[in-house]
Amino acid sequence: MKQQTTSSVVCTVCGCCCDHLEVTVQDNKIINAKNACAMSSSKLLGYMNERLMQPMIRGKNGFSNCSYEKAIDVTARTLARSRSPLFYGWSLTSCEAIEVGVELAEETGGFIDNTTSTCHGPMILGVHEIGESSCTLGEIRHRADVVVYWGSNPVHAHPLHMSRYTVMSKGRFRRSRSERKMIVIDVRRTDTAKMADIFVQMEPNKDYELLSALRAAVRGDEIEQEEVAGVSVDRIEELAEIMINCEFGALFFGLGLTMSAGKNKNLDAALSLVRELNSKTKFVIMPMRGHFNVNGANNVMTWLTGYPYALDFTQGFPRYNPGETSAVDLLARSECDSSLVVASDPISNFPHQAASNLASIPLITIDPHTTPTTMCSDVVLPSAHVGIETGGTIYRMDGVVLETRTLVKPPKGVKSDVEILSAILRRLKSIRRLG
Amino acid sequence: MTTELAIVNGTVFDPLNQTGGEKQDIFIRDGKIVNSVRRKARTINASGMVVMPGGVDIHSHIAGSKVNSGRLLRPEDHRKDVEPRTKHTLSGVGHSVPSTRTTGYRYTRMGYTTVFEPATPPLKTRHTHEELNATPIIDKACFPLLGNNWFVMEYLRDGKIEECAAYVAWMLKATKGYAIKIVDPGGVEVWGWGKFLRGLDDTVAHFDITPREIVRGLCKVNKILNLPHPIHVHTNNLGNPGNYLTTIETMDAVRDLDDGKKPIIHITHVQFTGFSGSSWLNLGSGAPEIADYINKHGHVSVDLGQVIFGDTTTMTADGPFQYFLHKLSGNKWVNVDVEAETGSGIVPFQYKRGNYVNAIQWGIGLELALLVKDPWRVFMTTDHPNGGPFTAYPKVIAWLMSSKAREKTMSKINRTAKKRLDLPGIDREYTLEEISTVTRAAPAKSLGLTNKGHLGVGADADVAIYDLDPSKRDLEQNPIAIRRAFKEAAYTIKDGMIMSKKGQITGTRLGRTFYVESTISSELESNLLKEINSKFKDYYTIEIDNYPIAESFLHNPSKISCKAEV
Repeated sequence: MKQQTTSSVVCTVCGCCCDHLEVTVQDNKIINAKNACAMSSSKLLGYMNERLMQPMIRGKNGFSNCSYEKAIDVTARTLARSRSPLFYGWSLTSCEAIEVGVELAEETGGFIDNTTSTCHGPMILGVHEIGESSCTLGEIRHRADVVVYWGSNPVHAHPLHMSRYTVMSKGRFRRSRSERKMIVIDVRRTDTAKMADIFVQMEPNKDYELLSALRAAVRGDEIEQEEVAGVSVDRIEELAEIMINCEFGALFFGLGLTMSAGKNKNLDAALSLVRELNSKTKFVIMPMRGHFNVNGANNVMTWLTGYPYALDFTQGFPRYNPGETSAVDLLARSECDSSLVVASDPISNFPHQAASNLASIPLITIDPHTTPTTMCSDVVLPSAHVGIETGGTIYRMDGVVLETRTLVKPPKGVKSDVEILSAILRRLKSIRRLG
Repeated sequence: MTTELAIVNGTVFDPLNQTGGEKQDIFIRDGKIVNSVRRKARTINASGMVVMPGGVDIHSHIAGSKVNSGRLLRPEDHRKDVEPRTKHTLSGVGHSVPSTRTTGYRYTRMGYTTVFEPATPPLKTRHTHEELNATPIIDKACFPLLGNNWFVMEYLRDGKIEECAAYVAWMLKATKGYAIKIVDPGGVEVWGWGKFLRGLDDTVAHFDITPREIVRGLCKVNKILNLPHPIHVHTNNLGNPGNYLTTIETMDAVRDLDDGKKPIIHITHVQFTGFSGSSWLNLGSGAPEIADYINKHGHVSVDLGQVIFGDTTTMTADGPFQYFLHKLSGNKWVNVDVEAETGSGIVPFQYKRGNYVNAIQWGIGLELALLVKDPWRVFMTTDHPNGGPFTAYPKVIAWLMSSKAREKTMSKINRTAKKRLDLPGIDREYTLEEISTVTRAAPAKSLGLTNKGHLGVGADADVAIYDLDPSKRDLEQNPIAIRRAFKEAAYTIKDGMIMSKKGQITGTRLGRTFYVESTISSELESNLLKEINSKFKDYYTIEIDNYPIAESFLHNPSKISCKAEV
């Protein structure tokens, strides 16, 4: 068969959502992925590994294969019986699928949460309090002369971030690496830190203190200690000077900041620092979102319900109280009586108490691959990969929206998340109608 | 299956068809107004009620990235205002920034059937369309922001007006947009560096162009492309004392381009750019001067941006203004700049009756509405949610129709402000016909929506019936009845289907999304594509192939075609 190459392919791995990939397909197989980073090529060339091909239902003797129709019927009946089902995942699927998911949660009067609650959720809590100064990544490419990575290691987690959007990119007003200063603040000397002009090694779990000290220095306040978070005050003042004197600065942070002690308070401090800097110069801040559509999950849920994650529909209207209505907390308190997981692997990632509760209730999983979560499930529905086997809309970490492409056909009979979720919703409504 | 509907015995206010309060029956078949229907058609008895075309909102921020950032910023706005699920509706929340479905339902309840989102960053317009797709019942459209666009500024700087027109045509097609929106021309680009631009003749750093040249250039482009709506302008200097002069200067900057046919520039939320005085201490209303200019010049139309006292969320593409408001109020602040195109900012805000500045702002909006003589060129808006949420429209209607209502509010506002306003001396009261003009007929005409804003044969059967008896004398003495009637339409009919009854949503459907396509010559288009292609990679962080939005992305697209002169 002839080879076919598609250009401008949107990658569906991390929040960078690079869209300059050239993918070559032969005999419905991806044989080459040009411009892709290591993470991206490994997904594009290896997406068929450990695939689920057939819906399965757990019986007395373990899993047995079944039809989609049967699996969807059992799922809908399970959800219809539930008083408070939990719908979880959503960051590795399309906005179209998430929209159906929200309606399912509303229809069943359950809870819906996305992976934000175990990831950059504290950032959102910070934004509720402070707001944020942000921009699209192109603004940083064109204008930034200072770029800070805080608790973030893009060399491994967002491999093309620096070359496409920040220090090594070529913009209208900044043409090369030498015109930008790169600062890395981390608890260890990461591979990203090795590339920095300035690396500041800080003590773990002292982000709040260091951010507050930096903010004080930016304000011109005197800091009485000799050092904060293991960093000398001279060094802090030097950093503050660089930040104040730049023309356009950008602060990117990873889970090193978000999930360290202090969590949303760290983000309060970081957002406040950047806000403060805007009275002296131009400065922006952005989380290094991990999954390719976690930002989309936040956006879809926000426009449909007003809130970005941890949604509670049990009272007939959207309620939001992370810490109470977020997945881990609900499960730890054993409040849900069934769960539908879409494109996520909470059994591997959740704290033990939450994971074991999840495994103990009726669990349905929609996923392209075999994962610990599918292994613990009662019903498993295989799905097509968004951006490879089916299209759909996704949101880059800066909110730029991209339309992914279908590059190859999914394995025979395998359906997309949208098809599966819509069928469950239809079946659920008809069960309800018939009483 | 044909569906028919007759609305009988109502008092009809259909200014585009010169019907101003006559008893007239309205007939509907398959979503359109017709001459007659069969006798067994479903009949609504509108005796003792007012019948108007469905409301048309020309400027309301209901969808897109900045609206969603506003929702995300304000959980406290949502908790106090929830809409539980009903038989026909899905749930939602939000007082000043409601979720999409709630937006659709609330407009429908008020008898509004068409709403235009006036500011979408082109690069993020896919997001805007996703939200418009998720906004039920009402028809809608969006205006892409072009006043700080790099391509536009460069073409205009180089005097390439035809090329600029071709680019704008491409942009409208690529984003499925409706009209040219200009926000703080040049000022948002400068804000990319955290700097401010003030006057119409200041130079935009790195681009060697002035706001005046941008406005004039895009006004010419608008004409070349024969677009249905004129350039929609949010002027420079918004929110600064003395800015009414900038507003008049901006209107006057395109006066010589007037061809006498219809307005060629629309100045939006003119209240925010109607400040006289030189500081917050001597702030006054520039409305009399602006109204005087509009009364003498036919090339301008405006909408109000009326202030409503209470809590709201301000959001504009005017990033520098929002930063200024953040510093002024100390409230939380979101800023999002968009590469090569525009920016945006969001700040929650509370308009207080006792606050001198806020009271003056309240007065400016109403003075404008009452001093501009031609109701076809002044449209009622609150610039939702900037002046206040759209759900406050019934209040504004009551103020316009009843000086008693105005006096009541005036008795509670800041006393110094009251003394300095002309408003107490203005006794004009809008008639129901004028209300029908400023809330539906005139905005529909300005938008070039030939099937909207009227009830003539062939029009879309979008009808609002209000439980208000116009035969009763002294309507203006009863502002509470006016408010009550316009708050919840007795019936809202969309495309011939009853969508709400006495404020209860009775059904749901997908409204249309309008967009405009202006055809340019194929030679100009191919040259343009070469040029955009050569620069796109330098300007943007996405590939050009991933930029245009396909028509299929819109759930119910409706194209309006026009032919360019180039």
